[in-house]
Amino acid sequence: MYMKPEGKKRIWAEYQKEIPDDHFFYVRSCIRQTFFAGSEQYFLKILRDDLGKDVYEDPRHTTCTGIGYHGDVVPFETIQAVVARHFALATEAGYKHIAISCVTSFGIYSEILETWKHFPETLERTRENLYKATGRTFDVPETISHTSDIIYKFRDQIARKAKYHLIDISTGEPLKVVEHIGCHYSKMFPKYGVGGAEFPHVLVGMVEAWGGDIIDYPERRHCCGFGFRQYLVQANRGYSLFATRKKFESMQPYRPDMIIANCPGCTMFMDRWQYTIREIDGITYGADGQGIPVLTYEEVAGLVLGYNPWELGLQYHNVQSLPLLRKMGIKADPSERFLAKDGSRLPEPENLING
Amino acid sequence: MKTMSAHIVVAGGGVAGMEAAGTLAGMGYRVTMIEKDDAPGGHLLQWHALFPDRRPADEVISHFRKHTEHPNLRIITGTTVEKVRNHGSGVLVSLSGGAEEQADAVIVATGFELFDAHRKEEYGYGIYDNVITSADLEAMFNRGLVAKADGSVPSRIGLVHCVGSRDEKVNNNHCSKVCCVTAVKQAIEIRKMLPSCEVFCFYMDMRMYGPYYEELYRESQEYHNVNFIRGKVSEASVNINNRLVIKVEDTLAGRPLKMELDIIVLMVGMEMAGAGMRLAEASGMKRGINRFLESTDHHYGNNLSGLRGVFYAGTCTAPMNITDTISHARAAVTETVKYLNSR
Repeated sequence: MYMKPEGKKRIWAEYQKEIPDDHFFYVRSCIRQTFFAGSEQYFLKILRDDLGKDVYEDPRHTTCTGIGYHGDVVPFETIQAVVARHFALATEAGYKHIAISCVTSFGIYSEILETWKHFPETLERTRENLYKATGRTFDVPETISHTSDIIYKFRDQIARKAKYHLIDISTGEPLKVVEHIGCHYSKMFPKYGVGGAEFPHVLVGMVEAWGGDIIDYPERRHCCGFGFRQYLVQANRGYSLFATRKKFESMQPYRPDMIIANCPGCTMFMDRWQYTIREIDGITYGADGQGIPVLTYEEVAGLVLGYNPWELGLQYHNVQSLPLLRKMGIKADPSERFLAKDGSRLPEPENLING
Repeated sequence: MKTMSAHIVVAGGGVAGMEAAGTLAGMGYRVTMIEKDDAPGGHLLQWHALFPDRRPADEVISHFRKHTEHPNLRIITGTTVEKVRNHGSGVLVSLSGGAEEQADAVIVATGFELFDAHRKEEYGYGIYDNVITSADLEAMFNRGLVAKADGSVPSRIGLVHCVGSRDEKVNNNHCSKVCCVTAVKQAIEIRKMLPSCEVFCFYMDMRMYGPYYEELYRESQEYHNVNFIRGKVSEASVNINNRLVIKVEDTLAGRPLKMELDIIVLMVGMEMAGAGMRLAEASGMKRGINRFLESTDHHYGNNLSGLRGVFYAGTCTAPMNITDTISHARAAVTETVKYLNSR
């Protein structure tokens, strides 16, 4: 790669955040539960079973209402009260470290904590609103971590338990990986992310620890194509598609084997729009024109740890990962992709890439 | 005390310090100049040629060396002034290393530091090989070779103005004043050295405030084909051929622009020097919102510190060019002599 590693390390050293070692209060993501349910499940499994960590979940926690907030239908006062309620549940359970599954939520939590820091009267008003509405009180958490921060923190422990690596077993060469960071993770409050806004380290660290090579391409920091206003307003969807296409055109010459992302919106759009671009332009990206699988960091961690790709939920992406699995040496029977737990066959999605 | 036997300490051995110290010594005062580096000269030592006439910096340095060669002038190098405070009828000057000097007056000429371009991460300084600063380019001119990191000859160079100046994101709202004309000068020098190399300047607006600057700007376009694009660069990256790619909005054409370049030169601005800030902090000198030393009056007292017997000279008060720095240092000398005569 053309980047100077020492330059990057210098920047990364300036953007280190405190990521707790244990005892997390977990808050889920609406999008991830719907589209990448395996990721949330395997975050918990990896943390609890592989790493022996304490992660607490309260079934009474709700959406953060972030999508409504960014869609201008949920006022700021309301979302502060919703997040404060989550803090109250954590306080009641005795937890001080919040693990946030969604990048949108992470941005919301960061924004609210910063607001409370700079405008303490808003914290007092939120306490009052929450108490009036629910009778609950809360402590402001000591730390907030995105779940990618937590996997990043334990990346070396995961590497030590690895059954597979991000290496093409036929050549011994590292897989070429595009990393993509959610804007609401790194760009709103860079100090809350690992590595800052320009060269975030959170996914780079994972990929390097697990044997892969990161691709540095010109549109690395370009939007994935999601963006609430681009997508939620139907008339703007052309912008969304165009942004994604621009990214793919820029990364294509590097022949990436996969994309790893830490934001559900990015993961979904970079995956789904590949189908749309194929339909519109007849272009299928990727090393051999087979599409570029877009995986979450838990899916990648799960593959490295040797979990069944279909348990991880890789089949629920539009771009299927079979060529990637073959490269890594992972044996997985494609005919088992859409089997339910009881062995019955689930309906198969149409128009999968590499299906 | 007879005035001419007075002892004056000058904190800093850059342009302002050398001008003030040499002038005072020539007038018969005992002067001690304290320089933090191994030799006086300041930033000038790193510069190849000066705007607006591309005069070799060596010439000006030679002038100041002669100006400061005087039996009344003692130069202490590798030392900084850490604190000044009124003591008796004079000023007690504390130096790094613990030594002290008793002075009748002090001229603070601690100067500026160049903005650390690493702080603008989006431009990739320290990340990509061929992103350099205006100071790095001067070093290339001094070596007589403008080349990419791999030694090859560049065919397209971009100069990015206002790096660390007029930029709220890095807490510098001030204009550094000299970067625009430096860019024009450097663009011409590149074109003369490498006639086949295209040169682009990306600017917010061209601030050619000094005599002959506007003429130089015109010359760069008429005779040297330097291209000026009004727009701020948003980020730099590299493509698969290891060529730099910048994104910029061309605000005159009203459209975004993406361009491949071989070298990006970041026109780094001026910031208050760290040594000056420490001195100000320890001595109770006021600093402005731009972090430079704040004089008692912008118009009538811009060499006055507000501390008895302590005066300011040069770029410790604000960005300025060499000509203005010399004038400001001479004004500080006048204020100092006026003060000593009035005691």
